[in-house]
Amino acid sequence: MFDDWMQRYEYMISLGKSLPLIDENYKTDDYLIKGCQSKVWVHAALEGDQLIFKADSDAIITKGIIAILIRVFSHQKPEDIMEADTSFIDEIGLKEHLSPTRANGLVSMIKQIKLYAIAFRTQLNQ
Amino acid sequence: MNLSSKDIERIRNDFPILNRKVNGSDLVYLDNAATSQTPKQVIDCIVDYYSNYNANIHRGVHSLSQQATEAFEVARKKVQQHFNIAHPEEVIFTSGTTHSINAVASGYAKLLNPGDELIVSALEHHSNIVPWQMACEQSGASLKVIPMDASGALDLKTYESLLSDRTQLVFCNHVSNALGVINPIETIIEKAHAVGAAVLIDGAQAAPHIKADLQALDVDFYTVSAHKLCGPTGIGMLFGKKERLEALPPYQGGGEMIATVSFEKTTYAGLPHKFEAGTPNIAGGIAFGAALDYMNSIGFERIAAYEKQLLELATEKLSLIEGVEIYGTSEEKTAVLSFNIKGLHPYDIGSILDQMGIAVRTGHHCAQPIMDFYQIPGTVRASFSFYNTVDEINRLIAGVIKAKEMLS
Repeated sequence: MFDDWMQRYEYMISLGKSLPLIDENYKTDDYLIKGCQSKVWVHAALEGDQLIFKADSDAIITKGIIAILIRVFSHQKPEDIMEADTSFIDEIGLKEHLSPTRANGLVSMIKQIKLYAIAFRTQLNQ
Repeated sequence: MNLSSKDIERIRNDFPILNRKVNGSDLVYLDNAATSQTPKQVIDCIVDYYSNYNANIHRGVHSLSQQATEAFEVARKKVQQHFNIAHPEEVIFTSGTTHSINAVASGYAKLLNPGDELIVSALEHHSNIVPWQMACEQSGASLKVIPMDASGALDLKTYESLLSDRTQLVFCNHVSNALGVINPIETIIEKAHAVGAAVLIDGAQAAPHIKADLQALDVDFYTVSAHKLCGPTGIGMLFGKKERLEALPPYQGGGEMIATVSFEKTTYAGLPHKFEAGTPNIAGGIAFGAALDYMNSIGFERIAAYEKQLLELATEKLSLIEGVEIYGTSEEKTAVLSFNIKGLHPYDIGSILDQMGIAVRTGHHCAQPIMDFYQIPGTVRASFSFYNTVDEINRLIAGVIKAKEMLS
């Protein structure tokens, strides 16, 4: 847990640098998350029964945020993602990014990740 | 005589919010172009209204109603005097600039025909673009654009070539909210009138910095939002020359804007009530007058001189940071600084500045065409007011340097 915002943001910035990057081919409007002031692309693919997420953003802090989400949600089964509790966001001090403003993409990113999980779960069940 | 640092200190004491902390640091409020802060004189005025004489206006025969009506109409006269408007009925109280523009655009939508042309500037806020696009869609009229150049200035040569006897209306902002550039509206108005076109000037961003003389400008419509000049949100004005407003169909139907109502036929009220349907933001209107009183007590010339100093200092210091690009480099500007740092996203810079208690705006500032022109996603915009200080500018600069460090 970070009390000092500088440490928190430095951590997010460095996390962003470790983000598993999306293939350039997928940096299109189809994979763009709406509701962010910056551009964020998220791609999901099934490996076995787990969902693997990759992403990118043109803003560094957003990269850090999506990197945190990918750490939590990637390599998980779709149904686990669908049912996941998102209170950890509050706990790690990202709550201000949850505000319902246009600039905020965090809510949209989580929504998209869960939508991917629903879609792939349906695919798996067929 | 210029505003001294003692004057500024006294002024700052009028604004309770300037004492607060944000994220552990003293607030540095540099988002004045989005909304200004409110002095206690205006806050007290609103509290006084609701505590002592709240009543519906224009309709009642009882004393409270008469008191509220008088206060509201006194405020209308204050607005009239401030902008040197010829008749009080040419001051329409609205909920702000967006409402004002929509009222005019919706009226014109019913008057325009295919083949008619409207001219908009490339520097407009979406509120002065979208209503007109809707009006064109409804009426079949077409929209032409005065292009901008890299300095943020409008291309007046092209403007002249766009004007013709088919031009019905030209609209432009007095000051660009995204860049701070002051437009040559006198010239724009003169040339439009020469072909018989009317002009609407969006004064939202200008009004806190420039005391416009609307008779001297000979402008047909002018819009203002009170919350940009120390007033509350939810109130503003539409000025329209009498003959223009009389020719315009009403915007909203309802009470107050009627003369007689029956199911066979309804007749409309005269000005200003024709455009003031329903119960207005009474407290807001009265407080709008109080805000003008407050700013006039300081003096617009002194405010402009002080803000110019702040802008020059901030521009100079910001330019020293490597990689900074400033947008809107015209000589004639109000105190707005829109910039980016090469390779960095404005959202990142704004987020880090916020952690340090510094409030700026990032993004397209509701002026996507400008951002498209520069091919950028947005900018960081710091906008100053007469209650900002040199110390706050220094904090902004230190913050930008820190943000750059963290993000590189």
